[in-house]
Amino acid sequence: MGRYVIRRLLQMIPVFVGATLLIFLMVNVMGDPVAGLCGDKECDPATAAQLRREFGLDKPVWQQYLTYMGNVFTGDFGTAFNGQKVTELMSTAFPVTIRLTVVAVLFEIVVGIALGVVTGLRRGRPVDTAVLVLTLVVISVPTFVTGLLLQLLLGVQWSWIRPSVSAEAPFGELIVPGLVLASVSLAYVTRLTRTSIAENRRADYVRTAIAKGLPRRRVVTRHLLRNSLIPVVTFIGTDVGALMGGAIVTERIFNIHGVGFQLYQGILRQNTQTVVGFVTVLVLVFLVANLLVDLLYAVLDPRIRYA
Amino acid sequence: MPELTTKTADDPVVATAVNAPAAKPEKTRSMWGDAWQDLRGNWVFVVSAVLIVLLIVMAAFPGLFTNADPNDKDLTHYLQHPNYGHFFSADWLGYDGQGRSVYARAIHGTRASLLVGAGTTLVVTLFGGLIGMLSGYFGGWLDAVLSRVTDMFFGIPFLLGAMVMLNSFTDRTIWVVIGALAFLGWTQTARVMRGSVITIKQADYVQAAKALGAGTSRILFRHVLPNAVAPVIVVATISLGVYIGAEATLSFLGLGLNGVSWGNDISDGGNQIRVAQYIMLYPSIMLSITVLAFIMLGEAVRNALDPKMR
Repeated sequence: MGRYVIRRLLQMIPVFVGATLLIFLMVNVMGDPVAGLCGDKECDPATAAQLRREFGLDKPVWQQYLTYMGNVFTGDFGTAFNGQKVTELMSTAFPVTIRLTVVAVLFEIVVGIALGVVTGLRRGRPVDTAVLVLTLVVISVPTFVTGLLLQLLLGVQWSWIRPSVSAEAPFGELIVPGLVLASVSLAYVTRLTRTSIAENRRADYVRTAIAKGLPRRRVVTRHLLRNSLIPVVTFIGTDVGALMGGAIVTERIFNIHGVGFQLYQGILRQNTQTVVGFVTVLVLVFLVANLLVDLLYAVLDPRIRYA
Repeated sequence: MPELTTKTADDPVVATAVNAPAAKPEKTRSMWGDAWQDLRGNWVFVVSAVLIVLLIVMAAFPGLFTNADPNDKDLTHYLQHPNYGHFFSADWLGYDGQGRSVYARAIHGTRASLLVGAGTTLVVTLFGGLIGMLSGYFGGWLDAVLSRVTDMFFGIPFLLGAMVMLNSFTDRTIWVVIGALAFLGWTQTARVMRGSVITIKQADYVQAAKALGAGTSRILFRHVLPNAVAPVIVVATISLGVYIGAEATLSFLGLGLNGVSWGNDISDGGNQIRVAQYIMLYPSIMLSITVLAFIMLGEAVRNALDPKMR
């Protein structure tokens, strides 16, 4: 187990370096980092040259990357366009997005798996068809349309929720945004669980469990569900990273000042430090989530052992 | 659906598989022939295929559906609400905040969305498929390198990468959007293809071809590819719909296509959602139906190809 984790951590290093280098290059090559620093006007050449020297932008890109990464490992993510430290932005943005992601993942786990089990056990019945059609609708309507509609209905017309989330973004205000963020994945989790349950339902071990006279509840939760969860856990695990990165749309609709908000500002203003810094953290989250998923396999299925 | 039959038969890879049974007696149908029999009787497939053909006609000849100009601004029609009695006329679905016909724009937006979806899928499938096939078939260090590179591209959030790319272009044409979506989008195809090729390359017929002294490219393109391509086609069909949705999302974030597109119209409509919901509603419906059609088609094909689902 320990050796497996170490090997995986070592494998993560080239991926981490590659992904951060990639986003670094994308932001630097595709845009001019100085352009955003003079506000909406264009910089005059002398100021631009001075800024370039100041930020080390006159050096070759690989050298800039090395300097940047060196700084990152000492905990210095640079400064954002408004002079704030990127680490400061992170310390306010990440807690908000993490809360939002937690709400979304909870929706996926609780609602998604429950619906998947219910439909998987009743394949072909009206409940199954209804949920299946519903998931297709949720998947095909773009998230921002769902978000704007829910905001209009619940927030503006019926006043059940506040149409925009306050700066502190407590859990209570994040329920509807979390649902919007989770919606597409929720539909996928439902469908995955349904397929997996329906496939395993006819497995020998389920028949054995029933033949032993176990109560139906125990057969479903302990035997059927546990064996059917592996693809679902994989999906939810890889989704955590995607949710945090994809929160950009949800955060914009509900005016949540989290990671997505900062990234949106950073990208539009071509602020290399903010974009690369936040994406670096997102890549790390993604890699760690994937590792945790693989370790969870062994918990769900004792046959899987990591030497 | 003549469109679809010709499409499959034109594809050299599929054609070998589809035409093969014609030479032999009827009963031994290939995987593809079998799937085709299954699909013809599947209403989900028929409905989604008919919808897609209709959308393709709409994209190619928008003039058949409306004679109004989508860019015609007439402020006397400012936020004029729909006139549901006037079927298929310019004022049927009302006018937007610049006095443009919502109906005409919904029809004319089809082309941009379908081109972005189809173009991205084509690039992603060719490139991702090639990478996946090479790393799956040759294994070893090549696989190690290609898989790690795939992981790197996969690690960057898709939407963010596309935003960074698109932000540096002021003139965002269809090609630019396709490039931005394909840049990070190919990883999924590569992974699916790699997995599929690894399973296929151990098959007896591949070993037999090798033993007979067939060249690598012949084994790859005549034996491995036709048998490994099924899951890739399924992923491609489904992701075509996903890319259309992604383009709309980018438009919503202010980084989409320039010109008439559903994404831009939904985004415009979103700004007026509290006064005139219909502006956002109709392009959203068109977009959702299109995405749905491709997802349903992909799933119907998957079920037809997967014997476990029978």
